[in-house]
Amino acid sequence: MLDTKEKLFCSCPTVIRKDQADYSFMRRLRLARSEIGELDPAALFEFEKGLHFIYEGYNENVCLVEMDEEPPHQPNREAIELALKFALIVKAHVVDEIHVMRKIVIDGSNTTGFQRTMLIAIGGRVNVRGKEIPIETICLEEDAARKVDEDPTRRSVTYRLDRLGIPLIEVATGPVIESPEEAREVAHYIGLLLRSMGRVKRGLGTIRQDLNISIEGGAKVEIKGVQYLDLIPLVVKNEARRQQRLLEIRDELKRRGLKEEDILFSPVDVTVVFRNTKSRVARSAIEKGGVALALKLKGFKGILGVELQPGRRFGAELADRARYWARVGGIFHSDELPAYGISMEEVEEVKRLLGTEENDAFVLVFDEKEKALKALEAVHSRIIEAFHGVPEETRAANPDGTTRFMRPRPGKARMYPETDVRPIKVDGSLLARLERELPEPPEKTLERLKNKYKLSEDLAQQLFNSEHLFLFEELVTKTGASPVLVASVLTNTLRNLRREGVNIENIEEDHLFGVFKAVASGKIAKEAIPDVLKAIAENPELSVESILSKLSLQSLTISELEELVSQIISERKQLVEEKGEKAFSPIMGLVMERVRGRIDGKTVAEVVRKKLLEAISS
Amino acid sequence: MESGYSQKLRDLLASSGVGIFDMVLVRLRDGVMLRGIILPRPQVGDQGSLVLKLDNGYNVGIAAERILEIKLLEKGARAQPLTEKTHSLRASGESVYFIGTGGTIASRVDYVTGAVYPYFSAEELYSMIPELEDIAVVTSETLFNIFSEDMTPQHWSTIARKIGEVYKLKAPSGIVVAHGTDTMHYSASAIAFAVHQAPGSIVFTGAQRSSDRPSSDSALNVVGAALTAVKAPFAESVIAMHGSVNDDILLVHRGVRARKMHTSRRDAFMSINSLPLARVDPFTREVKMLQSEYKTRSDSVEIYPDFSPKVALVKFYPGMDPSLLEFYREKGYTGLVIEGTGLGHINSNLVPTIGSLVRDGIIVVISSQCLWGSVNLNVYRTGVELLKAGAIPAGNMLPEVAYVKLSWVLGQTSDIEEAQKLFKTNIAYELSERDEYRHYPGAMGWW
Repeated sequence: MLDTKEKLFCSCPTVIRKDQADYSFMRRLRLARSEIGELDPAALFEFEKGLHFIYEGYNENVCLVEMDEEPPHQPNREAIELALKFALIVKAHVVDEIHVMRKIVIDGSNTTGFQRTMLIAIGGRVNVRGKEIPIETICLEEDAARKVDEDPTRRSVTYRLDRLGIPLIEVATGPVIESPEEAREVAHYIGLLLRSMGRVKRGLGTIRQDLNISIEGGAKVEIKGVQYLDLIPLVVKNEARRQQRLLEIRDELKRRGLKEEDILFSPVDVTVVFRNTKSRVARSAIEKGGVALALKLKGFKGILGVELQPGRRFGAELADRARYWARVGGIFHSDELPAYGISMEEVEEVKRLLGTEENDAFVLVFDEKEKALKALEAVHSRIIEAFHGVPEETRAANPDGTTRFMRPRPGKARMYPETDVRPIKVDGSLLARLERELPEPPEKTLERLKNKYKLSEDLAQQLFNSEHLFLFEELVTKTGASPVLVASVLTNTLRNLRREGVNIENIEEDHLFGVFKAVASGKIAKEAIPDVLKAIAENPELSVESILSKLSLQSLTISELEELVSQIISERKQLVEEKGEKAFSPIMGLVMERVRGRIDGKTVAEVVRKKLLEAISS
Repeated sequence: MESGYSQKLRDLLASSGVGIFDMVLVRLRDGVMLRGIILPRPQVGDQGSLVLKLDNGYNVGIAAERILEIKLLEKGARAQPLTEKTHSLRASGESVYFIGTGGTIASRVDYVTGAVYPYFSAEELYSMIPELEDIAVVTSETLFNIFSEDMTPQHWSTIARKIGEVYKLKAPSGIVVAHGTDTMHYSASAIAFAVHQAPGSIVFTGAQRSSDRPSSDSALNVVGAALTAVKAPFAESVIAMHGSVNDDILLVHRGVRARKMHTSRRDAFMSINSLPLARVDPFTREVKMLQSEYKTRSDSVEIYPDFSPKVALVKFYPGMDPSLLEFYREKGYTGLVIEGTGLGHINSNLVPTIGSLVRDGIIVVISSQCLWGSVNLNVYRTGVELLKAGAIPAGNMLPEVAYVKLSWVLGQTSDIEEAQKLFKTNIAYELSERDEYRHYPGAMGWW
């Protein structure tokens, strides 16, 4: 995501807002019947959902262009030059005339129904740890709107328009990446190159990775929304494992002698079994006039319970499909029952009604009849796909590194020219000028920073491997905080916090600037940084100032202070016994180191004096 | 097909034995190989760059000097014809006649070549806008295919005659006229004056966002127009377009009260000095009247299709040279509508010229560039002098409507007194004595 002054096709500032939107409006998108045909499952999928879209806008950073109420303006020059620069950095071949294209996207994330995109260059390369990684294409495109809400019952999706139109550089690498760790390294290095140009937005979601993963015998699975680098290896590993397990399931089905034709779609209404059920899900659905529908899966016993990814069984894949196609809450399957309030007797009764045999499995769903039926249809078709191994699909990354079904894979790119924007000629003199303006390579930056700020080899290398190499220098020069401190917070502290489960994605650069300024000006002790960052991650909407004052007010009461002081005095018993009242000064120093910025010094002095006297007199 | 390429490129293509829409392999001097389809050039841009549609769907331009060699892989990939579909009509007895005048009310994209094809046959309309099947049996005809800014009073006559013919011979429930939006309100006014009695409405509609995009307003506008044509109780010339930036409610404006007030928004049309005539919900299919007075459907068809081409619409501006008005006399104009300022004023230096034009038998009408509100020539001296000079105040008629009306009046009669009388008569609700608070957008409380 580029940090240009203006958006790609209008003059709105490239600012993301968090406050309430100023206005909203409603749209629908349509594809003509003949265009959907059998050609494009993703398009058909979105079309069938018959959604309408609510768009929210701000007066200051959304104009008629994002609303699709005005033709696009000429593409932003600054963005084009940045994309061209990146092409030059990776030695790609720049086209002579850039044509803006419309890429059909009908999930509503673009008010127009398409994303504007242009191919800038082809055929570059980067060198990552001695291996040449080909860059297939470099495109410049507009970012989509942000989804902020979804209401399945009203069939509406709400998008915020501030992000729509912010320029993005899309870099596609060739299919040569062979390991999870390599995927992370390549993504990291490309991110560094992009950031080396400056004018690239930083922070969560500003560099996103879409991963195409396939193992031998598997299928191309696209994973969207991997928001931070350290997650990449895990996502890749989990997905490879999922595909491996799906292949094993395929082979197991063959070994069991099962065929697609054996899996009949004949749902049975088993509502009667659950008349007096203890299952809350079942009871509430049936009370609302819903039904219990069950589908027998011949020979599938044990398969639904196979774990594909940590904590996600094959049954979860069925549930994903049922949720997406039929908008049901979920499904139950025989490999996990009895459980969730469904008793052994009920399970046996369902089996009896379905006529299952020893090796059969079943799936059970509670909902309105029509939805329940649609859900089982979705389950059935996923079961059929299991005979072929891995289905092609687009999946979304979960924060824990597992993935879930998002939508079927889109058909061949539906692209046609953006007739409202003229092609842009790229001439040699422009490229020559940009060539002279290229930034120093990240390796050089690292060397320079290491020498200038006296960083150890180890810390410097860690900084290079983090996403914050360029932020580091800005933080140091703008806040006056110690370089080593900044470097170690950006690397170790943040990583440790993430490991502790702190949602560090909420911490933004402005927060970091605020924290380091507070440290540099002595407002808080550097030891307090992890706690402050933690508090920020929990209350990202607050300013650093209010977090600091909140921390000092809430986290240190007089009694807590007294306890702390008593503890320090007892730890330094010998000192107190030797020096008597003269121990005040060293004890005060020790206490202040722990509480600086959290309670005022006068109070501390009073408490220390009081406690010291108590200690001496006792 | 015209390729749009420079001589050099055309030679290169010819010598390589390849042409437009061929799939080729292009080898560049820097060693790069590109596989793609050769496209014709857009009308603008660098004629010396070859436009290729690559396998990934992107178009790129490659300079002729950079090309080493072009190899033919496959001859001409062409657009697939629209798949024919037998539609099942569920509408009972209602029929709508579509008249195309230009612009593309509907078009589709060929994803192989990227080209956009307009369509207008009934089959194609059904195929692209399936809702029509539930609304009416559709018949369509392309009358002409011009930009709306190329319309002339002659075209209005042709449309009016066609409407008469269609209502007499085909007896549809209503007529929909697909029209470019820029001058739609002129044409809709013209038809309002020309068609005095008809069995149904004449509903103009169009698109502010081209129909080759999934977000186009055209399909919803067509559905709303068809619903109006079938269901509305009135038989007037109206415009049915989006009522807001939302894809929900359409507003039906009287042609004689409508004006395009925005260059690009889908709710560009507004009724001025009047409420819209009706609102249409394309989803519930409800047509709700917003006014109680209207011309009802009639058994007879009464059309007066002639317009005079010798009427002009002139905007007054500070510093306007009086001799500009003389020009119209020299060119044989018989009617002049002046867009004055405020209540209907012009520089007092122009008043003697106007007096002499009137004496020479030219009808001069004064309207206001304020658009909202009525002309009143009795309040200030210039107004009084204009009245004395023989100018006719347009009341709260829009300047464009006054222009169309005068063109129509002078197409009916050359008798000046009769023409003046006809002009002052309220013919199609284009004129009213009352202006209400809610007729002006300032009453909406935007601030």
